[in-house]
Amino acid sequence: MRYIKKYRIYIFLSLIFAAVTVALTLYLPILTGDAIDLVLGRGKVDFKGIFDIFKVAAVVILLTSVSQWIMNVCNNKMTFNIVQDIRNEAFNKIENLPLKYIDSQSYGDIVSRVIADVDQFSEGLLMGFTQLFTGVMTIVGTLIFMLTINIKITLVVVLITPLSLFVANFIAKKTFSMFKLQSATRGEQTSLIDEMIGNQKVVQAYCHEEETMEKFDEINGRLEKCSLRAIFFSSLTNPCTRFVNSLVYTGVGITGAMSAIAGGISVGQLSCLLSYANQYTKPFNEISGVITELQNAFACASRIFELIEEEPQIPDAEDAHVLEDAQGNVALNDVSFSYKPDQKLIQNFNLSVKPGQRVAVVGPTGCGKTTVINLLMRFYDVDKGCIKVDDTDIRNITRPSLRTSYGMVLQETWLKAGTIRENIAFGKPDATDEEIIEAAKASHAHGFIKRLPNGYDTVIGEDGGSLSQGQKQLLCIARVMLCLPPMLILDEATSSIDTRTELKIQNAFAVMMEGRTSFIVAHRLSTIQNADIILVMKDGNVIEQGNHETLLKQNGFYAKLYNSQFAV
Amino acid sequence: MKNLLIYLKDYKKETVLGPLFKLLEASFELLVPLVMAAIIDVGIANADKRYIVKMCLVMVALGIIGLACSITAQYFAAKAAVGFSTKLRHSLFKHIQSLSFSEMDDIGTSTMITRMTSDINQVQSGVNMVLRLFLRSPFIVFGAMIMAFTIDVKAALVFVVVIPLLSVVVFAVMAYSIPLYKKVQAALDNVLGITRENLTGVRVIRAFNKENEEIEKFGVAHDNLTGLQMFVGKVTAIMNPGTYIIINAGILALIYAGAIRVDAGYITQGQVVALVNYMSQILVELIKLANLIITVAKALACANRISSVLEIESTMNSPENPVKPGVSEYAVEFDNVSLRYNSSGEEALSNIDFKVKKGETVGIIGGTGSGKSSVVNMIPRFYDAFSGEVKVNGVNVKDYDMKDLRERVGIVLQKAVLFKGTIRENLMWGNDSAIDADIEKAIAASQSKEFVDNKEGRLDYMISQGGKNISGGQKQRLTIARAIVKNPEILILDDSASALDYATDAALRKSIRELENNPTVFIVSQRTSSIRSADKIVVLDDGKIVGIGTHDELLNTCDIYREINDSQQSAKA
Repeated sequence: MRYIKKYRIYIFLSLIFAAVTVALTLYLPILTGDAIDLVLGRGKVDFKGIFDIFKVAAVVILLTSVSQWIMNVCNNKMTFNIVQDIRNEAFNKIENLPLKYIDSQSYGDIVSRVIADVDQFSEGLLMGFTQLFTGVMTIVGTLIFMLTINIKITLVVVLITPLSLFVANFIAKKTFSMFKLQSATRGEQTSLIDEMIGNQKVVQAYCHEEETMEKFDEINGRLEKCSLRAIFFSSLTNPCTRFVNSLVYTGVGITGAMSAIAGGISVGQLSCLLSYANQYTKPFNEISGVITELQNAFACASRIFELIEEEPQIPDAEDAHVLEDAQGNVALNDVSFSYKPDQKLIQNFNLSVKPGQRVAVVGPTGCGKTTVINLLMRFYDVDKGCIKVDDTDIRNITRPSLRTSYGMVLQETWLKAGTIRENIAFGKPDATDEEIIEAAKASHAHGFIKRLPNGYDTVIGEDGGSLSQGQKQLLCIARVMLCLPPMLILDEATSSIDTRTELKIQNAFAVMMEGRTSFIVAHRLSTIQNADIILVMKDGNVIEQGNHETLLKQNGFYAKLYNSQFAV
Repeated sequence: MKNLLIYLKDYKKETVLGPLFKLLEASFELLVPLVMAAIIDVGIANADKRYIVKMCLVMVALGIIGLACSITAQYFAAKAAVGFSTKLRHSLFKHIQSLSFSEMDDIGTSTMITRMTSDINQVQSGVNMVLRLFLRSPFIVFGAMIMAFTIDVKAALVFVVVIPLLSVVVFAVMAYSIPLYKKVQAALDNVLGITRENLTGVRVIRAFNKENEEIEKFGVAHDNLTGLQMFVGKVTAIMNPGTYIIINAGILALIYAGAIRVDAGYITQGQVVALVNYMSQILVELIKLANLIITVAKALACANRISSVLEIESTMNSPENPVKPGVSEYAVEFDNVSLRYNSSGEEALSNIDFKVKKGETVGIIGGTGSGKSSVVNMIPRFYDAFSGEVKVNGVNVKDYDMKDLRERVGIVLQKAVLFKGTIRENLMWGNDSAIDADIEKAIAASQSKEFVDNKEGRLDYMISQGGKNISGGQKQRLTIARAIVKNPEILILDDSASALDYATDAALRKSIRELENNPTVFIVSQRTSSIRSADKIVVLDDGKIVGIGTHDELLNTCDIYREINDSQQSAKA
């Protein structure tokens, strides 16, 4: 609601002009009716009277148009600005949400909250609101105007109109289940399409096209049947309500004509009532639509505000230390951490790393090696104990200064949509071309970049687009290479890069790691053997710690892993 | 677009009758103001109550007939539209299935899926709307005008001015705003893209402290969107007041013209009311028409996208007179083959030339992007050679009946894919008539027995879509089993044991060597350990063969092979 508050002047204007528009729109038929009354027959036309009425009518028409236009503009301004405010705030929130939240949600869901739900909300709630308002205004206004003309005829209208609502409602209820069946069948078909076209290579390799087609046709046939039912029955709404409306019209016609004979009303008034009868039924049909839209909008609003009101990450303390020129002393004191309170992971874990040391994290797939990265980068906060960099608790260091002190290469290679150059210079936008090329050469990316159609200016789509996994990884390395912070976190690739390129990357890594404290999620034995400290993880917990020799001597899990040739 | 219309062919009756009944309904609707005029002029003027009741009954009757007509019309329209989309969906699916790998790579799977689903749905509602309304609205607009002329030609001249004026306003606003809407959509897509990017890349963005810059970027992108929306909003906001002025000015003009004619005694008061009524009807229909045009424009855009997919011709077709292979010493021959993918002009493979005898095991090794997968994908003719020939059993793969060729080749792709269904159903993809004994054998050979035994219901274990409920290594082994069930002459494993540990990998290779029908085997791998015992190893680098031989030979003759081997040895030492 506070979003709307900012624009309350627009709401106010919009409502006022809506009221004006409705009142004037309703007034016009009276004027035309009066004018018609002055056209009685041959030689019995009061031209002067008509002109007087026309003058008023012209003013009314102009005023109506202007106020309608102002109403539209106000609505637009309000709607689009509110949408922008909400989206900006939502996006701001995304940048400040704890990773815990982001990791637990599907991206598609968050995106649809920020995009589709906000649209639905603004359209449904704001437009729905004004529609509802004008609708109610029209109904009330029409009733009043009609009552001033003739009470009996008004009663006829009031009594018959609910019929059309009833009919529309009846049809909507009956068709609801048909639509549900249709969307369920559609879903089934989409999932088949998704599976078969998504994996068409396999389908073709096994010559399974015909069988697939059969399955598809079966669902397609069912879809045809239920679509036909749903579409046909729902399309009855319009003809039926139109029929009811024509009944209203006839009702007004008959009672009006009778009254006219009895001298109750004039012909002009009858024509005016007829046009009211047309106008009166319309908002009823609209309102029933608006109400479902409003409900929908409220559902969307709650989804958006759920996101916006999500607890943000704890902000940096005001007196937080700015880490500069980190030495690379990293200490974990008595650290406990778990993603879910009921599932204990790391407990009472101690580690002390001196500047320039290499720490290798090893263990079978899914043992929680990335947890270490999450904690070091402070993507997640520890539950107990503390992590210190250069003897300062990282919770007392500003996040930006902590994170710039680390260079990070993850296995999931994320690149942004943009040119190769922009991607490499991501951490240092003011880098010169020479620096960028230097970094690319050092990470062995220069070779393939040169061969791309536009070299460093080649635009890559979201998430790397056409690049291979290995190429993406090289770019990610180049990105870090350009900044070279005092500490490194490297997640070694498993299988996306072939061993020869891998060897080159290893060399590049080795250059990078020289004199820098580094944490490596390791898959290669060579990396592991050269590490000063090896952390062996299993089921999310660090179970062994030491260097290669001592661990082998322990003859524990590490020795077992090593002997099975590090089958990760 | 034209090529989509043929799918309406079977619904000729419906497509003609639907609009026809709509027109009937509209005609009855057009009669209503005339009846009302009669009530005023005859009934009220003469105070004839019976006449009034009679006329009102006529109006009710008109309403009922109209209702019946429009229900019929709705039915025919719905039937034609749904039938049309069903047929279209069938053909499109069939067409997509017939496309070759190169075309699929070009277009992209997600595009295809959008075409199949939301685009067709849009077209369906477009067809439905057109059948229902496209004739009706103009008919009422012009019908109302004609009826007005039958009442009085001079007074009706007002219509001749008002209708074109209205149309100009309505269509000018639309013509101006529709392209703008496209821009708005593009701006919205941009905003969406940034949002998605910031979620997928959240770790990197935070690691580089880019949060504030991204917020700024988002703000700029959204400013752009809001600016466009405001502009479009301003343009479309003119429409309603504009039409309102014109129509009401028209009504005033009509009353004035009517007044003159009544004064001169040509028409009656009731007829003036009828004229005014016709004018109101026109306004309602024009607005409907404008909305309809937006729907139709959208549907047309979708239809064009669909037909562009339908127009893509598969570059790969089975020959008219397929050749059945005779006896040949060689299972597979590459005869100076080069390959280009459609999208890039560069050669992905060049001058590939080697022969493989029946029953041999061939290892293919090389760096990322060296073309290993491309070579084996050419054997079942997933891609056609740009120059040179690929032969299976001495016959060019292009001369085979495609189905025949692919039945001879069992290929296990890099990406392990299983389908929704039981393990048995999945394995029977390889061979419809396989019995459980065959399946068990394949499961044993692919080293899957141990984990299959642990699954509830064993062969009847349900695999969920995308194989989400089994691990990557298990998926790989089941895809290998599926190829073995096929009992192929040529078995290709395209880096399909990458998730297996060394011991399982070795056991797998051993059991494949011992397969009863002794297939020719291709193993694509990045590990020398997986291929060192092969009869022949092909070393690829940058799309070219840089060495062929056995493990020991290559260690001596091929630098790249030695480098690969050393890099792995050092890792293992």
